[in-house]
Amino acid sequence: MADSKAQSGKLLDIRNLRIEATVYPPGEAPKTITLVHDVSLTLEKGKVLGLIGESGAGKSTIGLSSMAYGRGGVRITGGEVILNGRDILKAGARGIRALRGREVCYVAQSAAAAFNPAHKLIDQVVEAAMLHGTATRAEAEKRAIALFKKLSLPNPETIGERYPHQVSGGQLQRVMTAMALCSEPDLIVFDEPTTALDVTTQIDVLAAIKDAIRDTHVAALYITHDLAVVAQVSDEIMVLRHGRLVEWGGTRQIIKEPRQEYTNALVSVHEIEHHEQQPGTAPMLSVKNVTAAYGGGHVKVLKNVSVDIYPGQTLAVVGESGSGKSTLARAITGLLPPEQGSVVFDGRTLGNRLADRPKEDLRQLQMIYQMADVAMNPRQTVGTIIGRPLEFYFGMKGRERDKRVAELLDEIEMGKGFIDRYPAELSGGQKQRVCIARSLAAKPKLIICDEVTSALDPLVAHGILKLLLNLQQVEKVAYLFITHDLATVKSIADSIAVMYRGEVVRYGSKSKVLTPPFDAYTELLLSSVPEMEIGWLEKAIKGRRMASAGN
Amino acid sequence: MSTPILRLVAQRIALGILLLLAVSVLIFAGTQILPGDVAQAILGQSATPEALANLREQLGLNDPAWLRYVHWLGGILHGDFGTAQSSGLDIASSIRVRLKNTLFLAACAAIVAVPLAIVLGLIAVRYRNGFVDKLISGLALASTSFPEFFIGYVLIFVFAVHWQIFPSISTVDETTPFLERLQAVVLPATALTLVVLAHMMRMTRAAILNVMQSAYIETAELKGLKPFDIIRKHAFPNAIAPVVNVVMLNLAYLIVGVVVVEVIFVYPGMGQYLVDHVAKRDVPVVQAVGLIFAAVYISLNIVADIAAILANPRLRHPK
Repeated sequence: MADSKAQSGKLLDIRNLRIEATVYPPGEAPKTITLVHDVSLTLEKGKVLGLIGESGAGKSTIGLSSMAYGRGGVRITGGEVILNGRDILKAGARGIRALRGREVCYVAQSAAAAFNPAHKLIDQVVEAAMLHGTATRAEAEKRAIALFKKLSLPNPETIGERYPHQVSGGQLQRVMTAMALCSEPDLIVFDEPTTALDVTTQIDVLAAIKDAIRDTHVAALYITHDLAVVAQVSDEIMVLRHGRLVEWGGTRQIIKEPRQEYTNALVSVHEIEHHEQQPGTAPMLSVKNVTAAYGGGHVKVLKNVSVDIYPGQTLAVVGESGSGKSTLARAITGLLPPEQGSVVFDGRTLGNRLADRPKEDLRQLQMIYQMADVAMNPRQTVGTIIGRPLEFYFGMKGRERDKRVAELLDEIEMGKGFIDRYPAELSGGQKQRVCIARSLAAKPKLIICDEVTSALDPLVAHGILKLLLNLQQVEKVAYLFITHDLATVKSIADSIAVMYRGEVVRYGSKSKVLTPPFDAYTELLLSSVPEMEIGWLEKAIKGRRMASAGN
Repeated sequence: MSTPILRLVAQRIALGILLLLAVSVLIFAGTQILPGDVAQAILGQSATPEALANLREQLGLNDPAWLRYVHWLGGILHGDFGTAQSSGLDIASSIRVRLKNTLFLAACAAIVAVPLAIVLGLIAVRYRNGFVDKLISGLALASTSFPEFFIGYVLIFVFAVHWQIFPSISTVDETTPFLERLQAVVLPATALTLVVLAHMMRMTRAAILNVMQSAYIETAELKGLKPFDIIRKHAFPNAIAPVVNVVMLNLAYLIVGVVVVEVIFVYPGMGQYLVDHVAKRDVPVVQAVGLIFAAVYISLNIVADIAAILANPRLRHPK
């Protein structure tokens, strides 16, 4: 075995992998679907292979197959997974346990959920190394502390004594990387390790992971939907779609000279041409010196915030998590009455509390949320969901209502065939379209879009943004667009407000905000957005003036 | 120990005391509303009106209700539950013996039932939806579905009458040596165990299964841990709060709900004491026993609340 390893240099060799799952559609007989269709890949020692694709492409499923693991009811039904010269699918339960956490380790997307809240970090970090007998407790702890240092965690000697809830998300993600490296595996599966983080935190974690991979010579499967991210860390990239291989090549070739149309679409997805509109004479909605707090005034989340929104235009509010973006939306809609300041709409001051506002004011301001599937009643049909505001605000009934629902479905490019469908039968993008239609049904003057594309795949998000822009032209509706994604901002905004720790640090027309000279925070935010450029990460880290708030 | 925890714990204890006071009012009021007259009960139907009036005066039954309540509560706070009207014996000393017996029986049942239920719950999770799981759940549910008196008589028939291993009557007194005492309670403790087992087992199973959906269970699986170690080390610590709650409810049942079992096995515990004196309309005894049962119930639930607070690492180790 050792000989064949030395000869080939191959660590992982997946051949004709086929993965299936049984699904139970409501009201139908269970059926078997194929998630991965005969995919093959090889990975040499110390190399990094990026697996990229939209959700449902099978990238996580393939990644986990290197640990002979199927999430949920997923089964590996065909092919071979040869790790260190043996087919691990034939290893049996005991053999598989012996390789998990020893030869292959896993870094999950949400470290916050992947750490056990009941145990100290250090106990969890050294657990696998001790279990497999690769180190004594003392050795493993020494190694863990060295890794904490390498991953530039604060207080490396004592951070292990903390519980998961006591450290930030970005730090937790690095502790998880240390946990994977602690048992000195041959291969680490990184499953979207930076997707749940803010851009400013992502760049630090990404740099830490890249350095750790380089210094420990561990091989890695790096799974993500973000090509710009994977371009920074991978030697090779594999593009997947619907469980099939689309294209596999060196990183430079994939991002510079994609051979397949789909890869090309992924590479160029971020750009939408949007001409900035000049602010009109009178703003439609003005937020005036609003200060808001949670917990009876103890936690100030908005400090003296003032912004204007003009009719038919888009104000984008950007900032990292905890900067107060969503709280601003809650203050405008009256869900969180401001402590000071006011919200002026169409020349009159709106009631602070939701209960003080007449129905007509409620109709004028609508919201769309990040999680479309939890924003809809799963037991109502699309027709009922979109029809509800028509009944509530306009008293429409019967045929008149159904006609209007059909029109709205046409507007969101879905067609009236969807009227009788339930949310569970729709894709993520379709659900978000239904939510858009529901908000349009009220004929509002302003729609507040809270991270509406963040949970969607890039190509689907692209479609939603285009739809929103078209609807703005037709319906003359204004948007307050809350996002942490600067690429989206460039595509949709007319003016931008940058928020940092509850304050607006930069505000103006899009061109003004995005033109240097920048303040330190805006520069950090802009420079942290991954670019599809090899070597971008090193350049960006070098050129930074301030550290991100997540650290 | 950090201050927020201390505050939460103090809050729970204060609430418990308040609740107990409210219960004492209810118990007192409830026994006042009941039909029947103690004096009449003591003297019988043939008593003369004068004798009745004299006895009422002597027992203080003519005082206003709130005054009698204050006297009653004041006495209890000094350890004086009054005297039983039917027998003239001091209630506190009768209860002391009875309560000790009941606690002994409950402890014997709990020592077996609680660990057994939790271990069976863990095993059921390990082999979830398989044969072992269904067997455990099926047997536990069956034993709970049978009424306690049925289980009691079956146990007596098999172990006392047929095989004659254990006594059918569990009479003990203060002089009974420990081992004999233990032998006497084997059958009633077994009956109680069978009654409370399923509830705790099913709850443990459900609480742990709920935790098994978490991402950190997957993390543990991908470290190569054995299935049972995953349940023990990673799932169980996060399921403690609901498990402790149901365990405490069942412990409370073991103390306050043993009436039927005590009567079947003629065991001199609190339950039998209560039943005897309800039949005699002996209001002071009924009040005292009711109050003690309420105190047991409330304190066990406080213990459950405090355990749940302590089991939460977010409260134990604030940011």
